[in-house]
Amino acid sequence: MNFNFSEDQLLMKEEVKKLLDKENSVKRNRNILEGEEKFDKELWDQLVQMGLTATTIPEEYGGIGMGFLELCVIAEELGRGIAPVPFSSSVYLATTAILNSSNEDVKKEFLPKLAGGEIIGTFAHSEKTTFPSESGISVTAKSGKITGKKVAVPDGDIANFALVSATSGKNKIGLYLVDLSADGVEIDSLETFDPSRSHADISFKNTPAQELSADAWEDIEKLLDQSAVLFAFEQVGGAEAAMNQAKDYAMGRYAFGRAIASFQAIKHKVADMYISLQLARSNCYYGAWALTNDAPELPTAAATARVSATKAFYECSKENIQTHGGMGATWEFDCHLFYRRARLLSSNIGSQGIWKDKLITSLEKSNSPT
Amino acid sequence: MDFNDTKDEAKFRDEVSSWLSANADKKEHAKDIYRPAEMSSEGESGESSALRDAKTWQAKKYDAGWACLHWPKDYGGRDATPMERVIWGQEESKFKVPGGFFEIGQGMAGPVLMLYATEEQKKRHLPPMAKGEEIWCQLFSEPGAGSDLAGIKTKAELDGDTWTINGQKVWTSGAHYSDYGIIVTRSDFSAPKHKGLTYFFLDMKSPGVEVRPIKQITGGANFNEVYFTDVKIPDSQRLGEIGDGWKVSLTTLMNERLAVGDASGVDFQEIFELAKDQDFNGDTAISNGAVREKLADWYCEQSGLKYTKMRNISALSQGSTPGPEASITKIVSANKLQDIANYGMDLMDNASIARDDETAIFQGSLLGAPLIRIAGGTDEVLKNIIAEQVLGMPQDIRVDKNVPFNEIPTGSKN
Repeated sequence: MNFNFSEDQLLMKEEVKKLLDKENSVKRNRNILEGEEKFDKELWDQLVQMGLTATTIPEEYGGIGMGFLELCVIAEELGRGIAPVPFSSSVYLATTAILNSSNEDVKKEFLPKLAGGEIIGTFAHSEKTTFPSESGISVTAKSGKITGKKVAVPDGDIANFALVSATSGKNKIGLYLVDLSADGVEIDSLETFDPSRSHADISFKNTPAQELSADAWEDIEKLLDQSAVLFAFEQVGGAEAAMNQAKDYAMGRYAFGRAIASFQAIKHKVADMYISLQLARSNCYYGAWALTNDAPELPTAAATARVSATKAFYECSKENIQTHGGMGATWEFDCHLFYRRARLLSSNIGSQGIWKDKLITSLEKSNSPT
Repeated sequence: MDFNDTKDEAKFRDEVSSWLSANADKKEHAKDIYRPAEMSSEGESGESSALRDAKTWQAKKYDAGWACLHWPKDYGGRDATPMERVIWGQEESKFKVPGGFFEIGQGMAGPVLMLYATEEQKKRHLPPMAKGEEIWCQLFSEPGAGSDLAGIKTKAELDGDTWTINGQKVWTSGAHYSDYGIIVTRSDFSAPKHKGLTYFFLDMKSPGVEVRPIKQITGGANFNEVYFTDVKIPDSQRLGEIGDGWKVSLTTLMNERLAVGDASGVDFQEIFELAKDQDFNGDTAISNGAVREKLADWYCEQSGLKYTKMRNISALSQGSTPGPEASITKIVSANKLQDIANYGMDLMDNASIARDDETAIFQGSLLGAPLIRIAGGTDEVLKNIIAEQVLGMPQDIRVDKNVPFNEIPTGSKN
């Protein structure tokens, strides 16, 4: 039995970590957060050069033909480094959606460019203020054109193309590929809670759209489950980084004549972070197993990983600030970068409440929850 | 990333499974438990009939070479690997078999004897321990020394080659049916706290040993107080050097924490089923959003523990040793047990107060949970272990370090 990543996968994880450490990814997050750029192009290019955008793309489409397990370890490191790049949108979501599709022309056209980082994709799904249900999609698709508005699309003002959910008539939700430089696309960059990752509202007016599927709700649900595992790994990476920051600070901060790490109030706080992190990590491993095997357990495993990783990153990032005391709540210290990223990742692809509900729904369906 | 046995593991699992199939009944569902086949004879308590059946099953395993399988053959085991031991446990848990009496001996006393007893003592005591013929208990906690175990006051005095023991132990599981015990005592009251302790094993039938049951909040009495009045122990039954008892105790405690696993009682499955059936404001409870959120949290905890265990087993299978990370299991499962029991009773509303088939398991779990959060290391002690041993945070500054024990305030002062 080997319920773990392989040595090669762990080696790859280490390489990604080294790169992000060397490039001071956390500092780059701050630069993007404070500056005018929408993402760190330099860091993105390095990730592309390393082949990370090509990870899951088969060699016949210009990729390197690895799998989701490799993507899981990459995601964890991007989370640890709170990297300011559109990786989740372009790789977890857009690339996976195209890989899932049976449209050979789209694969041949888009996958090589995605692998080589020449283009960036995203998934435009949210409307109004809540994550949509099947009956809540108002963007419409008709005769190869879409009309309507998607809100707070991650990397919406960075991406070259978007996969857009839209009603295709007869109460069916379809999935459409839209060139964001096409006519009838209006992109409004947003001021956001975590400016290290750009978001934009996108309006479509009779915009040309290529249909991937006219009946895609199940495909979309699957895409969300797949990406939920990857998001969860990213969250676990961020949670672990926040826990370690809290611990390291407590070991070096002296009060009442002793390291505050020697006080039980602090030790128990960090132990609680550790517990939450271990539960999330173990659930993520199960999610990774279900993802890579395309197992029928994926909906349950993905929701479990997602819910516990969201909880872990929130708890670790908020208690990290608390452990730092007043300094933790300053702009100067990095704690808030993790706190912001924790909140952002919790909202992308659906809130905690949505995923908890999905989890119970999948358990009701499977009828044998344990 | 897989759950598959290696070739050797699969072969071993087959061997285990076929022996179990030939000798025990398979569980029909996960919660199926062993029940004594025949009614206990008149006057026999439930506990003694369970003990009798457990001894029979343990002896059967021993005779076939399946008792304490990771122990050396010379002491009644079969030199099995840690992974083989795990596989045995996984397979045995699929069968309706009795148990619950030998864990302290085999899990805690056995390893200490293996490290500190003479060859003759090991040959004398370990095989009957493995066979379940002789039952052992652990005499550690005292009224003034629980989490702060090194604060014990049971006194040991040496005269010639015989020690005399006076004092009181508490929370001793199974003392009333035990044949032997391991005990830590204080042999030097003027030495600092951790330096004056000495460790022994003793015959529980020795004159001067008195066992009194403690009635718990559940109404049951699994624990005891044990009083020692001029109890004699030969020096040959000392384990470790005089004054080295703390070091020996730590070996035992490490094994205790590995042995204490999931808390038993209500879990996700029970609250999930209840929520599906239970009426809540004119609909089923499970259709309520607040209920669904709670259920999701518990499912995530249960699943997280399950796969944490899998990661540990995987480490064993790959030939490495799982660390004290296992400490999270008891904290998470005991608190989950308590919260699920409480929430289940809440869902059943005022009907939860009456005791019937449906409420009994929730009521029992709610009353049992507090003790599980304390036994074998309190939540707080376990969090210290995580912080100090897993994460490398410093120990608390101690006011009792390097102070003679008889100058340190201990126990309750109110």
